[in-house]
Amino acid sequence: MLDHTAAQAFVTIKNAAKSYGTLEVLKNINLSVERGQIVAIIGPSGSGKSTLLRAINELDPLTSGEVWLEGVQINRKLPPRQYEAHVNQVRQDIGMVFQHFNLFPHLTVRGNITLAPRMLKGLSEAQANALAVEQLAKVGLSDKIDEYPSRLSGGQKQRVAIARALAMKPKVMLFDEATSALDPELVEEVNLVMKQLAEEHMTMIIVTHEMDFAASVCDRVLFMDQGVVVEEGPPSVMFQNPTQERTRNFLRKHLSR
Amino acid sequence: MDIDLILRVYPFFLQAAWLTIELSVLTAILGLTCGALGAAARMSRLAILRWIAAAYVSVFRGTPALIQIFILYFGGPQIGIQLDSFAAGTIALGVNIGAYMTETIRGAIVSVDRGQTEAARTLGLSRWEAMRKVILPQAARMMIRPLGVNINALIKGTALVAPISVIELTYTAQRFIGSTYKPFEMFLVAGLLYMVIIYVVGQGIAWLDRRARIQ
Ligand SMILES: Nc1ncnc2c1ncn2[C@@H]1O[C@H](COP(=O)(O)OP(=O)(O)OP(=O)(O)O)[C@@H](O)[C@H]1O
Ligand SMILES: [Mg+2]
Repeated sequence: MLDHTAAQAFVTIKNAAKSYGTLEVLKNINLSVERGQIVAIIGPSGSGKSTLLRAINELDPLTSGEVWLEGVQINRKLPPRQYEAHVNQVRQDIGMVFQHFNLFPHLTVRGNITLAPRMLKGLSEAQANALAVEQLAKVGLSDKIDEYPSRLSGGQKQRVAIARALAMKPKVMLFDEATSALDPELVEEVNLVMKQLAEEHMTMIIVTHEMDFAASVCDRVLFMDQGVVVEEGPPSVMFQNPTQERTRNFLRKHLSR
Repeated sequence: MDIDLILRVYPFFLQAAWLTIELSVLTAILGLTCGALGAAARMSRLAILRWIAAAYVSVFRGTPALIQIFILYFGGPQIGIQLDSFAAGTIALGVNIGAYMTETIRGAIVSVDRGQTEAARTLGLSRWEAMRKVILPQAARMMIRPLGVNINALIKGTALVAPISVIELTYTAQRFIGSTYKPFEMFLVAGLLYMVIIYVVGQGIAWLDRRARIQ
């Protein structure tokens, strides 16, 4: 299971390709993310950002190519039963935050956070409770522990969703436009939580339309267009001196706002 | 209208109503079982199960329930299935309504937002764990009302076992018409009793639905 042959980054994506029928959504993508690194993926709508992110935890498996996390290949070819077990295992290490939160509406905030740790890590009720308290304190929502998601604002919902993901103690966090569905005045509270995670050196891959946020938090920015990584580099270079015409065009539209 | 006659026969109708209730309860239990199994098969990863369930639904929704009852009760003995009329009626009606409930249950499950499954699976839950802890609790709330519609249809559908001589409401009305020649009174009494049963069940379902929605 461990790859001893190649020195690998923490998260490695090799020659990733993905097609839906004849539509090539990802074309030969390579990406390495070191432990503690924060990578932003930007690009126009339909460029394949979500698809790439969702390939990392096998929500949308690649057509070809490899995904590795800490020396373990996520998308190993296995017989169906073993594949299921393997995927369920590795997903515990990969937190994901969605644009539309996807909180479980039939459970309280506490229930949302403790469900997976209790089922998958065998935590007792008391242990799971302590975990919920701890994670909620981190996102500043301790007083909402017994609330149902329908009673929370969008920003609060997303913070709970982050707490739910963090409760599994993931090795890496994936964010797919975590603030895109929020009213502008609620964006900052979610960004703050993400910044705090950055300070704690959580490894993060962030798909975002917010260039300011990407510039201030990320170590590296990838610009994707039509299924390829057109250009990547540190934010200082990417936002001030991109070399590719396509990157410049995209940024001209998005930075002026 | 012959009120005296009604007062004389109504104890028989009450007894018949009781049988209609028994028939309805057993049919509902069988129907829900068939519906749950049918829905599970309909969404199975095994193509053969999906195919069987699809065939079940289209056969039982595509033919009259009365024919299904007749085939089982009158045709059954020809192929070695001997059932008394109550058992034949219950089984035929239960399996029939189960086909409708299959679609109701499946419909509620697929109407749960895809993001719910994704969020659960992303945390590491298996397909079944996600189904049990995340999807089904939400689907269950959504299926109360439409299952109530199925149950309403099922109660009215129990009248279809009258032709095979199950002594339920409709049969009882017909029998008394034979001796009294007062179809208006007899069907009126039967109809009112159906209405009472359906009203009570309807209130129960509405109560369940409200309760499920409170959270
Ligand atoms: N299940 C699917 N079936 C077919 N095509 C799909 C599917 N999912 C995505 N696509 C297509 O793949 C392409 C990339 O989609 P993706 O969602 O990854 O883009 P994106 O960069 O995340 O866009 P956005 O910024 O709008 O979220 C799009 O052309 C989209 O229509
Ligand atoms: Mg997207």
